[in-house]
Amino acid sequence: MSSAGQQDDDSWTVAGRTFRSRLIVGTGKYRDYAQNAAAVAAAGAEIVTVAVRRVNVCDPAAPMLTDFIDPKKITYLPNTAGCFTADDAIRTLRLAREAGGWDLVKLEVLGEARTLYPNMRETLSATEVLAKEGFLPMVYCVDDPIAARQLEDAGAVAIMPLGAPIGSGLGIQNRVTIRLIVEGANVPVLVDAGVGTASDAAVAMELGCDGVLMNTAIAEAKDPVLMARAMRLAVEGGRDAYRAGRMATRKYADPSSPLAGLI
Amino acid sequence: MSEQSHLRLVVNGEPRRVEAGSTIAGLVTALGLDPAKVAVERNGAIAPRSTLADVPLLDGDVLEIVHFVGGGQG
Repeated sequence: MSSAGQQDDDSWTVAGRTFRSRLIVGTGKYRDYAQNAAAVAAAGAEIVTVAVRRVNVCDPAAPMLTDFIDPKKITYLPNTAGCFTADDAIRTLRLAREAGGWDLVKLEVLGEARTLYPNMRETLSATEVLAKEGFLPMVYCVDDPIAARQLEDAGAVAIMPLGAPIGSGLGIQNRVTIRLIVEGANVPVLVDAGVGTASDAAVAMELGCDGVLMNTAIAEAKDPVLMARAMRLAVEGGRDAYRAGRMATRKYADPSSPLAGLI
Repeated sequence: MSEQSHLRLVVNGEPRRVEAGSTIAGLVTALGLDPAKVAVERNGAIAPRSTLADVPLLDGDVLEIVHFVGGGQG
C-alpha cells in the first residue's frame, strides 16, 4: 500500500537475494576497521564491498576485517578493484569464491589509473566468462544504456554505472543516462562511484535506482559515522520520494493557500 | 640441509623453504594463518579448500595466499 507505514516492505532483490538496505558501502580508506564497522552500522548497510589481497606473511597477527565486520551478518561482496584486465578480475574472483564461498561478486575492470574509468571491452568479456562459471556478477560500468544492456545480456545480475569518477565526489554528472539505464534494465541498477554527499545519493534514488554504492564519500568525511547515517537517510528519503511520485514542475508560481475568502 | 629434505617455494612473491612432505594446510598453519579464512592459488590454479590438508607441496610450487581486506572501488 502507499501509506507511509514504518513497516512497509520496500526490499530489493538481486540474483534471488533480498535486501532491505539500499546502501552498499566500501571498506577502504577508513582510519581502522573499528571505525569502518561503526560506519557500516550507522549506514544500516547489509552489503559491504571487500578486496582480495595477499595475506601479510610477515605479520599474520595483523587485524583482519572479518574480526570487525561479521560475514555471517553482513554480506561480503568481493570486488575486483585494482584489476585492469579481464583475466586479473576473473582470477581474483575465483580466489574470492574459494575464500568466502560466495557467487555474488562485484566486477570492475579498470581502463586507466587517472580516471579509473572502466574498460568496457574487458568488462564485457569478463562478465561472460564469470556468468558461465556460475558467478553472479554485479558490474561496474560507464553510464551508457547500450553498454548496460549488453552487460545484462552477458549475464550481469546488476548494472552499476558510475555517477562520476571513483573517489571524485562530484555527484551524478548525467542524470539522463542514469535514468535511461534504469528504464531499460531488467536487473537492479545501482549507482557505483561519484557520490560526494547526501544529496547525491538522494538524486540517484530519485532517478529510480535500486541502490547506491559508495566508499570515499563516507570514509573521507570528517566524521565518517555521521556521514554514514546521513547517507542512509538520503537513500531512504530519495527512495521514498521516487515511490511517492514527485509533483510536476511548472514555469511559474502556484499558490498553496486557497484564493477564496481572501480579506 | 639436503635438496631432498626441503622444498623451495615462492609464497606471495617471496622465496620460502619448507620441509619435504608439507601440505598446503600445513604451510598455511605454520605461517600463523587460519586455513578457513584464506584462499590459496597454486601454480595459477585454485587449490580447493577441502583439499588443502591433502595436497603435498612440490619443489618449485608458486603459491598465492589471499584473504579479504577492506576495499571499496578502484
